[in-house]
Amino acid sequence: MVHLSAEEKAAVSSLQGKVKVDVVGGEALGRLLVVYPWTQRFFDSFGDLSSPDAIMSNRKVKAHGKKVVNSLINGLKNLDNLKGAFAKLSELHCDKLHVDPENFKLLGNVLVCVLARHFGKEFTPQVQAVFQKVLAGVANALAHKYH
Amino acid sequence: MVLSPADKTNVKSTWDKIGGHAGEYGGEALERTFASFPTTKTYFPHFDLSPGSAQVKAHGKKVADALTNAVAHMDDLPGAMSALSDLHAYKLRVDPVNFKLLSHCLLVTLACHHPAEFTPAVHASLDKFFSAVSTVLTSKYR
Repeated sequence: MVHLSAEEKAAVSSLQGKVKVDVVGGEALGRLLVVYPWTQRFFDSFGDLSSPDAIMSNRKVKAHGKKVVNSLINGLKNLDNLKGAFAKLSELHCDKLHVDPENFKLLGNVLVCVLARHFGKEFTPQVQAVFQKVLAGVANALAHKYH
Repeated sequence: MVLSPADKTNVKSTWDKIGGHAGEYGGEALERTFASFPTTKTYFPHFDLSPGSAQVKAHGKKVADALTNAVAHMDDLPGAMSALSDLHAYKLRVDPVNFKLLSHCLLVTLACHHPAEFTPAVHASLDKFFSAVSTVLTSKYR
């Protein structure tokens, strides 16, 4: 459960409304694969990941990035029960995808960098703090069903 | 993990673009670290940590100057940062986890102010550089 004040919720909604999900999702996943190349281990079927340019323009990376961010946005509607909202996805990531939860933190932080790049000064320390809180909550929820 | 020639070029060129703003960015990165990761404030009980604090700005400039020196000596980070390495190991003893938190906030600060320059390749090089600096600063811990 992530506790946000009314102000913090407003900050999230405001930015969320302006986020171009397609663009931000693809960029975040792409940057994850460029900055932390070992994360490519989960994406053998994605084709050409041989260079930053290849990764950032890869269709499958963009599509999957969009999927991930859409899922995140859905989760944001359930801040009172993130563990419940992400329970099925948690099981999937453990049992089928075998993703180390450390990767959720890495992706979360890359997403914060992407939001900073897109929003500039509007992405104040206070706004960043709210997103860090929410993303940490999501990462915990996604790791919750691991066994 | 080794800084390639391309990484060094990316880091140097980023630092050139930052120009005289390094001090300001250092302060902002600290402010972001304290806001997002409140546990980091435990190392500064003697500071005024409210937004706009002169102490935080001054400390940010100190950190930025040390990074500028590191950029100028990327071929020998252990040598160039030896004194700071001693300081962190024997006097400050900041838990190693915190270097990642500050490094992340430095990246966020740079992304905010230089969105066009902060390409994926530059992002990767900077992350590696901050990681290398952090490793040197914690190298004498035990």
